[in-house]
Amino acid sequence: MNNRLSLFLKLPVLAAMIALAGCDPNAHNADTIKVGAIVELTGDMPAVGASSRNAAQLAVAEINGAGGIDIGGKTYKVELLIEDNAAKPDQSAAAANKLITQDEVVAIVGPNASLGAIPAAEIAEANQTLLVTPWSTNPKTTLNTTTGTPKKYVFRACFTDPFEGRVLARFIIDKLEAKTAAVLYDVASEAPKSQAELFRQTFEQLGGKVVAFEAYTTGDRDFSAQLTKIRSAKPDVLFLPSYYNDVGLISQQARRQGFDKTLIGSDAWSSPELIKLANGAVEGAYFANHYAADSATPAARAFIAAYRQKYGKTPYDVAALTYDAMGLLFAALKAAPAPERQAVRDAMASISGYPGVTGEIRFTPGSGDPVKSAVIMQVKGDQFSWVMNAAP
Amino acid sequence: MSEVSIYWLQQVLNALQLSSIYALIALGYSMVYGILTMINFAHGDVFMVGAFLCFLAATLLDLPFVPTLLLTMTGAALLGVLIERLAYKPLRNAPRVSAIITALGVGLFLENLTLAFYPYPQNVPTLIENVNWNLGGVSLSSLQLIIISLSLTLMLVLDYVVQRTPVGMAMRAISWDKTYVPLMGVPVDLIISITFAIGAALAGAAGTMYALAYPVIDPYMGIMVGWKAFIAAVVGGIGNMRGAMIGAFILGGVEIMVVAVLPSTYRDLVVFSLLLALIVIRPHGILGQPRVQKV
Amino acid sequence: MRATLGVFWDRLMEQRWLLPLLVAVGLALAFAIPQFRLVNNYVQLVMILAGINIILATSLNLVNGYMGEFSLAHAGFMAVGAYTSVLLTLHVFPVAAYPGLFHLAVLAGGLVTALLGLLVAIPSFKVRGDYLAIITLAFLMIVKSALENIDVIGGPRGISGIPRLTTLPLVFCWTVALVWLLRNFVYSSFGRGVLAIREDEIASELMSVDTKRVKVLAFMLSAFCAGIAGALFAHLLQFISPRVFDIVKTTEILIMVYLGGIASIGGSIIGATLYTILLEVLRPSTVAGLLSWLPAVVFDPLNEHFIRHLGVLRMIIMPLLLVLVMLYWPHGIMGMRDFRGIIPLRDRLAHRTATPRGATGHGAADSH
Repeated sequence: MNNRLSLFLKLPVLAAMIALAGCDPNAHNADTIKVGAIVELTGDMPAVGASSRNAAQLAVAEINGAGGIDIGGKTYKVELLIEDNAAKPDQSAAAANKLITQDEVVAIVGPNASLGAIPAAEIAEANQTLLVTPWSTNPKTTLNTTTGTPKKYVFRACFTDPFEGRVLARFIIDKLEAKTAAVLYDVASEAPKSQAELFRQTFEQLGGKVVAFEAYTTGDRDFSAQLTKIRSAKPDVLFLPSYYNDVGLISQQARRQGFDKTLIGSDAWSSPELIKLANGAVEGAYFANHYAADSATPAARAFIAAYRQKYGKTPYDVAALTYDAMGLLFAALKAAPAPERQAVRDAMASISGYPGVTGEIRFTPGSGDPVKSAVIMQVKGDQFSWVMNAAP
Repeated sequence: MSEVSIYWLQQVLNALQLSSIYALIALGYSMVYGILTMINFAHGDVFMVGAFLCFLAATLLDLPFVPTLLLTMTGAALLGVLIERLAYKPLRNAPRVSAIITALGVGLFLENLTLAFYPYPQNVPTLIENVNWNLGGVSLSSLQLIIISLSLTLMLVLDYVVQRTPVGMAMRAISWDKTYVPLMGVPVDLIISITFAIGAALAGAAGTMYALAYPVIDPYMGIMVGWKAFIAAVVGGIGNMRGAMIGAFILGGVEIMVVAVLPSTYRDLVVFSLLLALIVIRPHGILGQPRVQKV
Repeated sequence: MRATLGVFWDRLMEQRWLLPLLVAVGLALAFAIPQFRLVNNYVQLVMILAGINIILATSLNLVNGYMGEFSLAHAGFMAVGAYTSVLLTLHVFPVAAYPGLFHLAVLAGGLVTALLGLLVAIPSFKVRGDYLAIITLAFLMIVKSALENIDVIGGPRGISGIPRLTTLPLVFCWTVALVWLLRNFVYSSFGRGVLAIREDEIASELMSVDTKRVKVLAFMLSAFCAGIAGALFAHLLQFISPRVFDIVKTTEILIMVYLGGIASIGGSIIGATLYTILLEVLRPSTVAGLLSWLPAVVFDPLNEHFIRHLGVLRMIIMPLLLVLVMLYWPHGIMGMRDFRGIIPLRDRLAHRTATPRGATGHGAADSH
């Protein structure tokens, strides 16, 4: 092959670059607002991403079906741009960059898992673009890493880990009357690690004792060594703040080793895939959640019915929270004088009581974290059933 | 039995289970390397396909354990031969690196093809009812026992085939000297295909057993397991089958024991440092022969 | 007509001022594009990524292609460069006040990584081929694991909030500088030594090539470049974690090198650019945008059945393409050859390229 043929190869490359440069894939339509969504469609937790995307699309379809949003006297339709972050931090950062700089969205919803939400939030904050995460409970998402002060442009639709840790610790001590607990967590992931540490702090503050505090790394499949250590420490319960795919493996291995104590989970358990993947090993386990599908509010019921009709499945907390995040965004857009990033952000910060599917969402001034209640659920058969509410 | 020794015995059993699976995969690497001096980087993904075949057999066809195992091994063997014929055979006289990159490409292709069909992790239904026996405090699960004994059986069968049958003799002959063996009337291509088939079948069996022990499977599960088994094969002396088994048991043992003593985040660090030290001390692996380079 | 064009083209390629002119034009563009927003930010991002990948591919080609080794440690070198520079910019240097200190941080990243390259070179004295591959793999895993265990630098969860200091002109300058450096190394007497080691290490030792020194230099230079690339990468992504620099990353760089062509600087440039662009272009949103001018009757079914699934399809198509390329061009697209502009005149006149006559590039990777 000679140099001319290699030129022949370079030309298409050059052409592709020029085409990429010249075209604007999302030509700006004067009457649409673009909203970005970053979800985990591939990678470790595709169920989370799919459900989040479904809820976002449902919300957008509803608002467009009702005629659009009225901002400053003009009606706009909403266009949703979905990016996949493959449940990885670097791809979250890239997706956020792309949505903000190339697609020029007015705000971003997502990512859900903290490991993706934290980097994306950094980029949103640096670019002064509003970001609302439906499901990320790690405190770091809304805090500036260097100064520790709250971020200005990042909000969330859910409660945070410190609150969740307190709720679970109190539940275990009061309702289950457990004195000792073991913890097994993923040290390579933001949410499980912070939940494990906060749980230990709160549990010991309330008088309990953590007898084993074991870690594994994302992608590990063999937990026999850690489970053996945990078993020999003889705890009353085992706290497992992992995502649903890991819980499936861990719980089955624990049961197979003869460990029969109660398992306790975090809100990361909430996907119905969990029951399938655990093959019966999580029967009777308790976990914290953001909302219960069998809960009472009319708004929630309307949403559940609409979701069921469109997608054929019952929505769980990720879907409900995403729906609420979109709702918050729409409310902020409505209250804003113009569809600009700064205006939308200010409108979001002044939301005083949004009636969400997952409960009332209220932001305290200067903080992107809402004040909300949690629910405790239990795995019964192939369902999650509501046990009790836990108010802040 | 004291608490401490119960704990350690338990960990030894855990290690044996993990090592058996690594050994089956490491053998495949060693066999192919011995005969073709080629690192088959797609081997870890053949293992993954084996696990998914097991999943399919158990869910779609509702087969019990033994037919599933046979089906998986056959399917994997066919896949191995297919890869060899389509991707490796044309490159037999090309530079080694292109064969290696082709292997990497085939591996990536298998991973993403499986991902296209199964974007969500899947749970493999229980094919063997697990019974836990309590021997003086040590919990032995029947699944562990089955995995260990089945792997050992397969390894013994392989050893027999390689040492005592004409096919095995042909394989060993080709690994010693590829140029003159065809002159002796040995159908080299056929033997190479058989080697790939056997190696892949073992990987398929390993996939089934892994799927039973760790029932949540996903398309990327073969990557780390494949690389670790490869390291095990090299540590034992690549090309040497007994070496592959020894290397696998060292690797599995160290992995479990490190987590038993230190926090699990140190596992990879210690395991790889030890392996590095082993190779630097004995570069040709434990049972490897330093090949004399004639100038 | 074709002949005239051909002759014109050949004459043009012979001109000595061609390459410096291209570089100058490139530099001007690199400054103009961000300044005047000639293309949007996302395309600029892709260009910067392409530049970083070029640095990675060319530096790995030095060890894997020209020297005939099989090193898997490159992502580990990247990681060390990234972390070193990030720690400097976040905690030591007041970059907000003095942005010029960023260059120092990048350089420091490269130098620290070069020291690590020295460490990797030492086992290569005794060990070759697959055993060296394992040693480099072990190095990669150890670096990744070590970083995961140091909680002060974020551990497995990484470091976020890195300032975005990498710009297009900066990456362009570094890319040109490092490629120039590598090219000069390859065509120097050390480079001759590198090629000699690949063809026959023992013979070259006998012919008074100081193999130890050559290996050390090659590894250190390769590591230095990878470290710089890592530093630039970290300040582009604004987030790093040990998982970003794992075996998958090394595999990507390997693919760029072997696709573009081993022992070819031009090949690495092509391989890296091709890979980067293909990966970005083959996204559902981009392809949909590129083809949006098609009439709806053609576009809609295309979108439904093909474009929407591109996210998954592209990862099936790309490895297949790779296998096909390997089957037909076992050395890669530009294997063992190079562009006229890159090979120095005196080597061209003496018909000296990366392929000694009669050699097939098997080298020591085949023997033990």
